[in-house]
Amino acid sequence: MRYLTDRKRADGLGSAKTGTAHFWSMKVSAVALLFLVPLFIFTFGPMLGQPHDAVIAYYSKPFPAIVAVLTLIVGFKHFAEGAQVLIEDYVHGLAQKILIILVICLSYAAAAAGVFAIARIAL
Amino acid sequence: MVQLTLPKNSRITTGKTWPKPEGATNVRKFQIYRWNPDDGKNPSVDTYFLNMDECGPMVLDALIKIKNEIDPTLTFRRSCREGICGSCAMNIDGINTLACIYGMDEIKGDVKIYPLPHMPVVKDLIPDLTHFYAQHASIMPWLETKTNRPAKEWKQSIEDRKKLDGLYECVMCASCSTSCPSYWWNGDRYLGPAALLHAYRWIIDSRDEATGERLDELEDPFKLYRCHTIMNCAKTCPKGLNPAKAIAEIKKMMVERTV
Repeated sequence: MRYLTDRKRADGLGSAKTGTAHFWSMKVSAVALLFLVPLFIFTFGPMLGQPHDAVIAYYSKPFPAIVAVLTLIVGFKHFAEGAQVLIEDYVHGLAQKILIILVICLSYAAAAAGVFAIARIAL
Repeated sequence: MVQLTLPKNSRITTGKTWPKPEGATNVRKFQIYRWNPDDGKNPSVDTYFLNMDECGPMVLDALIKIKNEIDPTLTFRRSCREGICGSCAMNIDGINTLACIYGMDEIKGDVKIYPLPHMPVVKDLIPDLTHFYAQHASIMPWLETKTNRPAKEWKQSIEDRKKLDGLYECVMCASCSTSCPSYWWNGDRYLGPAALLHAYRWIIDSRDEATGERLDELEDPFKLYRCHTIMNCAKTCPKGLNPAKAIAEIKKMMVERTV
């Protein structure tokens, strides 16, 4: 039981004076993915079912390798930011903070693993 | 964590079925949510039957007829009966709307009436809108100026006045906010479509001089950015307004002053 006025409840802790950067960042990565995802599908698609040597040779070329790296980095950045919003929507309290940390760490780790794999093939 | 099931004491049971009107041929069935805070029972859905030959065309006409002639304990808010006061907002046939301007001819089958979703219920069809009104007050719904008051009036061009059309008509019925899933899950912090529509109404008012401060107050991951463009607000608004567009315009202004 707390004797708070309705207005104090509505105001809460006040404005965080942030949020636009996150919103804009997601818009930028969304637009980037609009181009990157089709490019990735069209570069990655032809290699499906191809022999190992052909794939290695293909991803040694700059264009498919750069497209794959960019898709991974931008895609996982977008995923991390989107998942943060999703968690903020549905989970509250300490669990929310823990989940946000987890999802961001996992996204960066997945992106790093993907970039490392492509770099190993390409270089 | 979001609660996906109703608490035990909120589960709806089958309530009383009232007798059909004698001798009537044009009878319609009404299923109405009932909850009385004083009897300690769970909410229930009571069933009423009305002779439609003796009833007005709107849902509110039916509710008033039930209250007058069948069950005087049925509780609901109403006032103007013409969609101006916003008092009789409720969930009718699965849609948040105003009972006074929602015709029963728009409903197929039984008429199901519940209070606005996801709000604490005071009694029967009356939701507790205390927090909703406090959020509206928090966006400073009045003209804020810094320049000395002019001798006559704050002037506004016809073009600038037109920008307020589609915004000033909001009657604060809460249909939009209570249809918004983001408001359901985070209504304590998210301002909701109604308050944000009103915020935008003052942000774009050419006479208002607190635009920056208003945007400062809204720049928050929860107050503003919980809107995920679900569009339930625009779909349900009984006045045909588009709060989602107003929120999108606020976001555009936020980006405008950043990038």
